[in-house]
Amino acid sequence: MKYAGLLVMPAGFFLSIAAILLFPEPTFRAAFVVCGVAVEAMGLGVAIRGHMAPKTGRHGHAFVRGIEGGEPHA
Amino acid sequence: MIAFSAPPLGEVSLALALPLLLLASLAIAGVALVNAGLGRSRSAAQSMLGSLAMISIAVIVFALVGATIADGAAGPGHVFHFSGKPWNWAGTGPIALNGLALSPMRSQLALLFEFLALALAVLIPWGSGADRWRLSAGIASAAVLAALVFPFVSHWIWGGGWLAQLGLNFSLGSGFLDVGGAATVHVLGGFSALAVVWIAGPRRGKFPKEGLSTAMPGHNAVYILFGCLIALVGWLAWNMAGALLWLGAAPSALPSTAINTLLSAAAALAATFTVTRIRFGKPDASLCANGWLAGLVTSSACASLVSPPTAIFTGLVAGIAMPLLVEFLELAVSIDDPSGAVSVHAAGGLWGLIAAGIFAPQPGQFTAQLIGVATLLGLVLPLIYLLFALLNRVVPFRVDPDGERIGMDLHELGGGAYPEFVVHRDDSYH
Repeated sequence: MKYAGLLVMPAGFFLSIAAILLFPEPTFRAAFVVCGVAVEAMGLGVAIRGHMAPKTGRHGHAFVRGIEGGEPHA
Repeated sequence: MIAFSAPPLGEVSLALALPLLLLASLAIAGVALVNAGLGRSRSAAQSMLGSLAMISIAVIVFALVGATIADGAAGPGHVFHFSGKPWNWAGTGPIALNGLALSPMRSQLALLFEFLALALAVLIPWGSGADRWRLSAGIASAAVLAALVFPFVSHWIWGGGWLAQLGLNFSLGSGFLDVGGAATVHVLGGFSALAVVWIAGPRRGKFPKEGLSTAMPGHNAVYILFGCLIALVGWLAWNMAGALLWLGAAPSALPSTAINTLLSAAAALAATFTVTRIRFGKPDASLCANGWLAGLVTSSACASLVSPPTAIFTGLVAGIAMPLLVEFLELAVSIDDPSGAVSVHAAGGLWGLIAAGIFAPQPGQFTAQLIGVATLLGLVLPLIYLLFALLNRVVPFRVDPDGERIGMDLHELGGGAYPEFVVHRDDSYH
């Protein structure tokens, strides 16, 4: 799935390039370029999901940051 | 084909650009410190040595190979024609910087800017691969970026390539604008960080198969926050130098660029401080540092193009979005990014580039900025991932489990970053 996502992303790029070649009218042009970026975003989403570690856990995660040796915020 | 004509610079501008570029290198030092501080103490020496080694290899490779592709001053470049339009995709500079000393000062300054930009770009993924990315793999990836990715992106944007000529060829504003390296440095570096995190995987024990994710906080808040302060000095100079070299800004416009840079960082820090205060009950030092950097990254794209209130707005958005994105990436999609480079550099840079288009006065500029974003997302990220995946087969990215357990310092360097703390009696008291 991760490779499928990475292959969809160039498709979005070519859609954006096609938009500036095919549409002289600025509004159409911008709209199709936005569509191209949206396709890329979908591809990125698929690639991210494809890279996710499989989870068998019972709960979600608690987000923690802070500094080593200190008390992390939970 | 019209050869790329760089913005003309007066003598004052040329005289200003050199000291600004020398100061800009402090941004690199700041990011290296932040990377080291956000990693674990048992990997701190490897982090700092890796920063120096990656910069060294990257600049040598760029001088020998990359600068030829990136060059925009030596000639019209490699151009193909499609649909009646010229597409300038690579430069035709001299091999190995031949004749550099005889080239005009502006070309030499532009080249110095590119060297510094590359040095910063290769450091960004280094922080994300902390505690498990092997030094040799980091150096190899820096060489790949310097030879095959950065030169093309730099040429397209700064060397009169097809993105820079979107205005000329398609009437899209002034073409794709990236004055301070938001695309060439930060988005490129942030996407490299994402590829490294994907390929190397999370740190051992970060996402256990059952239960909660493990906290692996940074080891030195002082490094992180002092790195942010040093980075501010570098960023101020960086954005001003970029405005001079790539925008042809007058020296009188430089103070407003610096003020916008500061305002963007300040607004981002205030926003992150508030968000983490609300979210966790206390402000989080490392996330606030990331927020500060996200504001600076955003300013790289638009500090010289927008008004002060807009700079505050763009910084606020970056500062609010960054901690939420860090949390989302870690909790929802299991991305273990110790330095937060994906959120800070990739997302912050993309937001800055889009904001530069939204708030630009020229018609068509928004579309030009979106085309640039589409190129980075649709062409550059898959290319980096492909190159790094191939590289991983030759030079494995991930250290073996034993090395990860004892720490990168001992495993790769044979010694730790911090000398053993020895308690001894001070005889002067007696």
